[in-house]
Amino acid sequence: MYLPNTAGRRRTTILFLAPSMIGLIVFCLIPMISSLVYSFMDYDLLEGNMTYIGFRNFERILTGREFPKVLVHTLTYLGLYLPLILITSVSEALILNKSFRGRGIFRAVFYTPVITSWVAAAVVWTWVLSGKYGLLNQLLAAVGITGPSWLNSPDWAMPGVVIAAVWKDTGYYALMVLAALKSIDPTYYEAASIDGASSWRRFRSITLPLLSPTLFLLIVINVIYGLQVFDSVLIMTNGGPGGATSVFLERIYKYAFKQYKMGMASAYSWLLFIMIFVLTVIQFRLQKKWVNYDA
Amino acid sequence: MMRKKKLLRQITGKAGFYLALILMALITVLPFVWMLSSSFKGSEAIRTVPIRWIPERPTLEGYEKVFNMQNFSFTRSVSNSLFLAIACTVVQVLSASMAAFVFTKMPFRGSDKLFGLYLATMMIPGTVTMVPNYVILRVLGLLDTYTGLILPSLSNAFGVFLMRQSLLTLNDSYLESALLDGASMIRIFFRIALPMVAPTLATMTLLAFMGSWNSYLWPLIVLTSNDKQTLQVVLGSMNGIYKNNEHVLMAGAVLTIIPVLIVYLVSQRKVDAGIALGGLK
Repeated sequence: MYLPNTAGRRRTTILFLAPSMIGLIVFCLIPMISSLVYSFMDYDLLEGNMTYIGFRNFERILTGREFPKVLVHTLTYLGLYLPLILITSVSEALILNKSFRGRGIFRAVFYTPVITSWVAAAVVWTWVLSGKYGLLNQLLAAVGITGPSWLNSPDWAMPGVVIAAVWKDTGYYALMVLAALKSIDPTYYEAASIDGASSWRRFRSITLPLLSPTLFLLIVINVIYGLQVFDSVLIMTNGGPGGATSVFLERIYKYAFKQYKMGMASAYSWLLFIMIFVLTVIQFRLQKKWVNYDA
Repeated sequence: MMRKKKLLRQITGKAGFYLALILMALITVLPFVWMLSSSFKGSEAIRTVPIRWIPERPTLEGYEKVFNMQNFSFTRSVSNSLFLAIACTVVQVLSASMAAFVFTKMPFRGSDKLFGLYLATMMIPGTVTMVPNYVILRVLGLLDTYTGLILPSLSNAFGVFLMRQSLLTLNDSYLESALLDGASMIRIFFRIALPMVAPTLATMTLLAFMGSWNSYLWPLIVLTSNDKQTLQVVLGSMNGIYKNNEHVLMAGAVLTIIPVLIVYLVSQRKVDAGIALGGLK
């Protein structure tokens, strides 16, 4: 684009870049560095004193009794959530990929949990999962199953949170999968039909391989988000009962903003970041084994 | 014989499809219906076996309690949230599109590298920056202020990326002729460039609005005064206060969900476009 090189232009450039640059420096770059610094400090925000203690924060976390539990809880969440969300979002996308009357309405309906805030969703699901009078257990009772007391039971609290999360997120990922389904060339299916392939066979041999890049993306995103699960846990269980649902972000939140141990919180968040980073790198390494980029 | 078998398979296939469709829709909708139904019941009536979907004696008791809370003003929190969502949205959209305009239409030496830096910050997780951001606000004396809550909206690398993609498609000749006519860059930006990328702008506005309207953790940390709280934080606190008064909680949830639902249904196409751009979460 032709531009006269004037002082006015320089002024506009500075004016236009300043807001986002200031935001980036003050709320992204400086925090990134100071967080790293804090993690090597004993930093009590209320007393305001900061002393260098080397790797002590990391040592304390990694050798403590809490960390393995938090790790197990977070991985349990992910281990339950990930397969479920893949199944539900692919099924929903397959449904929406068919043409039927009222598809637009169903599409909108499937998306309503996504636009609901996590707070509202968590409040509703706490009541849905209520032991005796909750919706889910009453429906289970109708088919002769006695449901657990979900959020009040150490064993069932995490599955309860997972059910709510799958309910809330399915619509979002289904639309991602749907976009991928739409881009599959219909001639593949026509050819397979002529060869007499069953619908299951068509799904296995055409749809699934052609969806694999999207599924890969979905898994990568969900590992990143899943390890940082927070809103749902804080409202539905607050880490309980008896610490049975304490997860990384819940710990970080409590260290930082209940106990004001900013050093511990920062060390925790760096450990989490390293885990996310390593898991993501591993996934990108493994993708050659199963993701199909040929089509 | 063959034909009959094929027809049968088609029918069962169709039936299976509709069964799956309806089941999925029911699972999605039932919690909402349950919420709505509970919100019109009294504290006794919500605890019934079996489920009574239509309240026997509908009451607005839950809603009355929501509007007459001791510690919080629900209406106040709604207007707080509305104000904050609008402010955050304006700040986010404006700062991002101004930066994107420079990167696409007013490049300078090194601007590509700077844009690379913007992109790199997208990888810094919010989890890591949360604690220092709180400390920064504390140092600046901005804790428990709306300024402090809004300021981090300035850094929105994803928005810059989105707007850049859209502005790249814009034909320079329009801007150049305006420039020859003597218009300033600021004028060109607001009067020509922004209107021409209106669809992206609208999508981004919507995403930003819903994002800040629904946000929970950041306002929970930053704001401490009861009268400054946002709707989400108030609803979150109600969950503790009204533990055994689910009808009150459900009334609160209804009032929280309905406005967003209306915004969504009115602007559904734009939201869908936003998902296609990979934005809404």
